[in-house]
Amino acid sequence: MKRAIITVIGKDMKGIIAKVSTLLADNNINIMDITQTTMQDMFTMIMLCDITDMDTEFSALAESLEVLGNSLGLSIRIQHEDIFNSMHRI
Amino acid sequence: MISSGEIIETIKMISEENLDIRTITMGISLLDCAAETTKESCNRIYEKITRYAHRLVKTGEDIEREFGIPIINKRISVTPISLVIQSCKDVDCVRFAETLDRAAGEVGVNFIGGFSSLVHKGYTKGDHMLIDSIPYALSATKLVCSSVNVASTKAGINMDAVLQMGHIIKKTAALTKESGGIGCAKLVVFANAVEDNPFMAGAFHGTGEGECVINVGVSGPGAVKSALESVKGQEFGVVAETLKKTAFKVTRMGQLVAQEASKRLGVPFGIVDLSLAPTPAVGDSVAYILEEMGLEKCGAHGTTAALALLNDAVKKGGIMASSYVGGLSGAFIPVSEDAGMIEAVSCGALSIEKLEAMTCVCSVGLDMIAVAGDTPAETIAGIIADEAAIGVVNSKTTAVRIIPAPDKKVGDLIEFGGLLGSAPVIAVGGYSSKGFVTRGGRIPAPMHSLKN
Repeated sequence: MKRAIITVIGKDMKGIIAKVSTLLADNNINIMDITQTTMQDMFTMIMLCDITDMDTEFSALAESLEVLGNSLGLSIRIQHEDIFNSMHRI
Repeated sequence: MISSGEIIETIKMISEENLDIRTITMGISLLDCAAETTKESCNRIYEKITRYAHRLVKTGEDIEREFGIPIINKRISVTPISLVIQSCKDVDCVRFAETLDRAAGEVGVNFIGGFSSLVHKGYTKGDHMLIDSIPYALSATKLVCSSVNVASTKAGINMDAVLQMGHIIKKTAALTKESGGIGCAKLVVFANAVEDNPFMAGAFHGTGEGECVINVGVSGPGAVKSALESVKGQEFGVVAETLKKTAFKVTRMGQLVAQEASKRLGVPFGIVDLSLAPTPAVGDSVAYILEEMGLEKCGAHGTTAALALLNDAVKKGGIMASSYVGGLSGAFIPVSEDAGMIEAVSCGALSIEKLEAMTCVCSVGLDMIAVAGDTPAETIAGIIADEAAIGVVNSKTTAVRIIPAPDKKVGDLIEFGGLLGSAPVIAVGGYSSKGFVTRGGRIPAPMHSLKN
């Protein structure tokens, strides 16, 4: 299974989860876990996704998330889970 | 699942603290490109580099995108060219340099290293030809980097080469006068050069290396400084621990990228170089880390001790994070490429003597230092000899990358632009080294080189 982590950081507003998850569903991506916190006065949402069956290129998905983020005034990024595992787990 | 705090920490290190992979460097052996004519040899070199490295930049960009970690440079290092030209009957070294330049341009890397020669014990025919051509090669090309190893702990210091390099550096500056002597920024004089260094300008693919290899250099002075800010005023045990933890995380990322690049390119993974490499960007400075430890300015008394602690902790933290550590692995202190160093030199806090002392405890040496254009070649040779002695006696790599900036005086500033930054012209000693450096011959290897 290939897993990626999507982080949404910015000012809280209505419909963030709806918009991000619609985009993911449209690309055949399954959301496995969502956490949401307010850290350092910032809204932070973290999604763990299964991208094994996604029907788009990783770079194209990253770009559409970025575009969506820009339209909402949020920073949305997607990264392979491995980068966090390698940095924080031995 | 990884916790939110950990995820945010990683993202903050990348987006706010300039954490990045400084370079993915592909080492390529050119030993099989030797031929009887320059034309044939250059054809083979061009064909081999473009065949091996055509996917390097694209692969680097893909990894960058998917892992969300910037990879600043994609580069190539090759077998020292002095070894490849030896069998040519009509050697034209500049043409070899131009071929490297063209191949590098074709595959889209931003530097190619290996226009190099290893003369720590003596010159071969090819070494003479290559070294003589360095000023012309560096002025005729944009992406080619050159290095010459003039000393080693096992062989001692080749003083003929030290003196010659003084002259070569002056000539390179003169031939690249229009751009502030920028040719010299692409020329390193080494003692104990390493074969798997991924960083420029000193990278070359050593003869002990395989056919092709991927080496990765990590960076992250900003992340280290930020970690130290959280332990302000605490004792050194805490400082060292904090440095080690940050270095571990930074290196793990380097290891991940190195393995991924190696897998995707189908090329063996060589080493991760655990270096703290600054850039001119504010917040990406090694000098600021030293200042964060409590020094008013980098260069104040205590700077060498602070750097020794930093250098050691980076290695200790990084060593467990990577399966193979190599290259230079230590903190870099290039003056022009570090905002804090530039400030320290400009305000008079940091002198060349202090920089020399600092090179005893870190990698690599007197790096990206601008001196007045009228500095005699013999004085530059004296500076190289001192730095080589530090390397030889301490069994470490040292290097000199010095720019005698044409028509500039002490206090002037030269702009190189990009990652090379800008350098304030620093004062050097006014007394002559001529009688010493012109004696010729070789300074014997030190006692402790006899380990067998």
